[in-house]
Amino acid sequence: MAGGFADRHLGLDARSGAQARRALGLGPDERIMERALPADLRAAPPPLGPPLTEDQTLSRLAELASMNNPGRSLIGLGYYRTLTPAVIRRGVLENPSWHTAYTPYQPEISQGRLEALFVFQTMISELTGLEVANASLLDEASAAAEAMTLCHRVSRGSRPRLAVDVDVFPQVRAVLETRAEPLGIELVDFDPLAADPAAVRGAAGRYVQYQGASGRLVELGPLAELAHQAGALLAVGADPLMLALVRPPGADGADLVVGSTQRFGTPMGFGGPHAAYMAVRQDLVRQLPGRLVALSRDAHGAPALRLALVTREQHIRRDKATSNVCTAQVLLAVMAAMYAVWHGPDGLARIARRVHAGAESLRQALSRVEGVEVQGGRLFDTLTVRAPGRARAVVAAAARGGLRLWARDRDTVCLSTDEATTDQDLADVVAAFQPSAAAERPDAPDAVVGAQPGRPDPAPDEGVTAESAVSAAGAAPEPWDAPEADFGPLTRAGEFMTQAVFHRHRTELAMTRYLKSLADKDYAMDRGMIPLGSCTMKLSAATELAGLTWPAFADLHPFQPLADAAGSLQLMAELNAALLDLTGYDAISLQPNAGSQGELAGLLAIRRYHRQRGEAERTVCLIPTSAHGTNAASAALAGYRVAPVAVDPAGNVSLADLEAKLAEHQGQVGALMLTYPSTHGVYEAAVRQICAAAHEAGAQVYIDGANFNALVGWAKAGHFGGDVSHLNLHKTFAIPHGGGGPGVGPVACRRHLAPYLPGHPFGGLDSKVGAVSAAPHGSALVLSISWAYVKLMGASGLTAATEGAVLAANYLARRLGATFPVLYRGPGGFVAHECLLDLREFTKRTGVTVEDVAKRLMDCGFHAPTMSFPVAGSLMVEPTESESLEELDRFSAAMEAIAAEAERVAAGEWPLADSPLRRAPHTASALLAQDWSLPYSRALGADPTAGGRLDTKYWPPVGRVDASYGDRHLVTKLAS
Amino acid sequence: MSSTPADLFFTPDHEWVADPGGPRARVGVTAFAAEALGDVVFVSLPAVGDHVDAGGECGEIESTKSVSPLYAPVAGEVTAVNEAVLNAPELVNEEPFGAGWLFEVAPTAAADLLDAAAYAALTEAGA
Repeated sequence: MAGGFADRHLGLDARSGAQARRALGLGPDERIMERALPADLRAAPPPLGPPLTEDQTLSRLAELASMNNPGRSLIGLGYYRTLTPAVIRRGVLENPSWHTAYTPYQPEISQGRLEALFVFQTMISELTGLEVANASLLDEASAAAEAMTLCHRVSRGSRPRLAVDVDVFPQVRAVLETRAEPLGIELVDFDPLAADPAAVRGAAGRYVQYQGASGRLVELGPLAELAHQAGALLAVGADPLMLALVRPPGADGADLVVGSTQRFGTPMGFGGPHAAYMAVRQDLVRQLPGRLVALSRDAHGAPALRLALVTREQHIRRDKATSNVCTAQVLLAVMAAMYAVWHGPDGLARIARRVHAGAESLRQALSRVEGVEVQGGRLFDTLTVRAPGRARAVVAAAARGGLRLWARDRDTVCLSTDEATTDQDLADVVAAFQPSAAAERPDAPDAVVGAQPGRPDPAPDEGVTAESAVSAAGAAPEPWDAPEADFGPLTRAGEFMTQAVFHRHRTELAMTRYLKSLADKDYAMDRGMIPLGSCTMKLSAATELAGLTWPAFADLHPFQPLADAAGSLQLMAELNAALLDLTGYDAISLQPNAGSQGELAGLLAIRRYHRQRGEAERTVCLIPTSAHGTNAASAALAGYRVAPVAVDPAGNVSLADLEAKLAEHQGQVGALMLTYPSTHGVYEAAVRQICAAAHEAGAQVYIDGANFNALVGWAKAGHFGGDVSHLNLHKTFAIPHGGGGPGVGPVACRRHLAPYLPGHPFGGLDSKVGAVSAAPHGSALVLSISWAYVKLMGASGLTAATEGAVLAANYLARRLGATFPVLYRGPGGFVAHECLLDLREFTKRTGVTVEDVAKRLMDCGFHAPTMSFPVAGSLMVEPTESESLEELDRFSAAMEAIAAEAERVAAGEWPLADSPLRRAPHTASALLAQDWSLPYSRALGADPTAGGRLDTKYWPPVGRVDASYGDRHLVTKLAS
Repeated sequence: MSSTPADLFFTPDHEWVADPGGPRARVGVTAFAAEALGDVVFVSLPAVGDHVDAGGECGEIESTKSVSPLYAPVAGEVTAVNEAVLNAPELVNEEPFGAGWLFEVAPTAAADLLDAAAYAALTEAGA
């Protein structure tokens, strides 16, 4: 061991690694990859440099940060400066109890973040005036696309048209265009203030931006009435901060509302991640995309939260799901919810009034400037200012003072005030509009519009450094008089967010304790292993996370001139180069902000490629039956018909059935979608043949990179047959799972598909079309995590990580295989980076189900493996390279103890219903109850592996959660 | 599992039909199906007045873990739906052959159905 960072990342060291190899019958120097990985897949080691130390990595990151120049952005368009309360930054964002948790599929050990998400849903419901809100969506633009497909479903496809506000944010329009085309939905322009043309009347839905990109605020009531008369739904994209002051859209008849909670304390981060939301009328709840938290009860009748109505989602309904969204933005939704808890409704209204007062005072000041015309009418925080012929000059003048504005066209400047806006900002804006200001530097032309990559900033800001931007976030801006805001008939009346949680945690001590009490309920990686198959819950190192809160990265607006983001762009270029080296592809886009988005982007690239070649009829997507549900859901959204391909008894794609399906759909197959190694955790030996068969039939091969952790440094999808893949940076490249997001799903492809990668109207990408995310580089802020991971590991560390992950999985397969048969193995009897334990015979014999085992593991201090995917009645175990032999053995011992308990049930010693397995998990309260009539001891109930030592035990806060009660009695927000 | 009522008729998709030759053929899912589905939490049914085709998809049954299409065992016009089961979907689990019925059809054609003995043989065979 070299003593570098890799030794901190890898759980198996030289000694325990040798021990694991010995257990597998391998020689001390024998490499498991040479036995497990088919030889014809082996690639040369990646040409990445040697690893950097943690200190060197941070120095290099600081260097990149110093190349950024965020200035003070007033660009708006859905992204605003915000003051992250320090207590939330430290208590949530920088707290591993929050960011290393998994999606709350196991509710008993996720009550803390389920509660935080319940608060999020309550906040959104109260602000929007609609009954049900989800938690959460990926960004505002994709949320608008979800609104579009919802309208389409409600109309049962009978009116494939969406009317889109002419004042919509450009990035929302761009994503709507991407998403509408494959579904055959037509977008028509819609001016809410003009009479409805016939085209609008035939639409299934109308989408209104509230406030518009120009700052325009329209009355929703009459629009809802007109929409409903025409048989359409009214969907509204709403700014949640503004909703603290103006009437909630739900009260005026909007059927659904979407938006972004970015300005609730999440920095812009050059585009993300941020939590978007959707709220709907109660009767549309089954049409809702994404995660929904609802109240249920546990086995003791106590209230308990869980994810509800999951049958809407892709993992069950596959190509008929309401959406392909899987990983959402949980960490950011938690931050937004806590921002609302911290400020309360009065605090939100105060902030909103202040933001509004800033805009109004600017409007007055600018209206006195010669040659400048400010829009009239109601506005919240956004001004559209006409300065004929001078827009770029004004923006350039503002840039010299450190401000960033948006030149919409030659004559028009748009800007938005925000929570961080100061008097100085306002004064600087006014100064920039003075005719004399622009004249000072007639050669300073550029601003947001038309900014070119690599072009030097014409006027670098003096004095605006990373530090000063932070201090803006730390210190309160000068207090202004913010009188009651008057929005006329749009003024919000009555109280909102009256629930106690929004009033109880106002001191920092109270807030600290609230966050701690929530985190204490949850099981995250700071407690123990989360061996979830296909989820790769590996270490996210502190050094990798360091850059997240650096203002030089955090304070960048996604549509800033590229010269302002030179450091971030360099970071991305370096990350891209590494990912291309590792995958063997030629081109990559970092824009998709989740794996599901990466799939969609990749499948759309294939679609465009075929259409460009005049083969538009290639609309069938072949997907093995063992695939993750997101594959099928993404294929449906990309305009494909899904045709399943059978799996043979060994768990591999059936070549015979593949040939049959290719023949059956001859000339129509657009894509074969394959996960490698397979979802069964096996390196399929025939993958080259499978890919070749698809290519021969004229199809493209999509290789799902969910399991890329088994390939990094050893095999390249782009070399063994893939045309395009997405990667999950939140699995393979160390971005923490965040309790259910953020994710990042870059899409990489071979040269011929490169022209069809996502473009964006902003950001200077090669193309302006095909955007799948609201921001050109998606969740740019968290890319520094993966960048740092690659730098810290280097080629040697990355290849060692893959080997360690495969070694650990095989060690577990060997040890646990004696108790629970391993369903599928690959060449040489080895599994890849995960193993599928088959419990079906065990369940038949003992009555003990995979659910019982999963819940009993909680008593033993573990998160359950993936349950019943991809095979019902199985557990998929993925230990990753980060876990130690000790932890693997502790897990094995727990599984063996559970198996022994099941035998006692089978032997009739315990009735199943009164066994510690069916009664799991055991809460402290249940074990301390006065009466104890169960046939096993309290100590055994607490943890069968502890031997009575419970001092460091994790106690599940609730008993087994009743799944059906919550779905039958749906409660999705706190009572007021 | 409750026994298969002898006076009903069945489909291989585990629906039952009462009086398929009469003017109002009542339709539900079998106890075998209800058991396999798990806790039913939602049913979506055709509307009164809808025309359904024998073997055609006409609704969905959701449990907490799965969603299954509902097929019409006989063709005809829907004359009634069980409002009680819409509000209390657990009736499908509790009384699949009784209060958990789903809808009624005025059949327009004779349907190809199994009798109780044939259906029992099918489920015992592991269908």
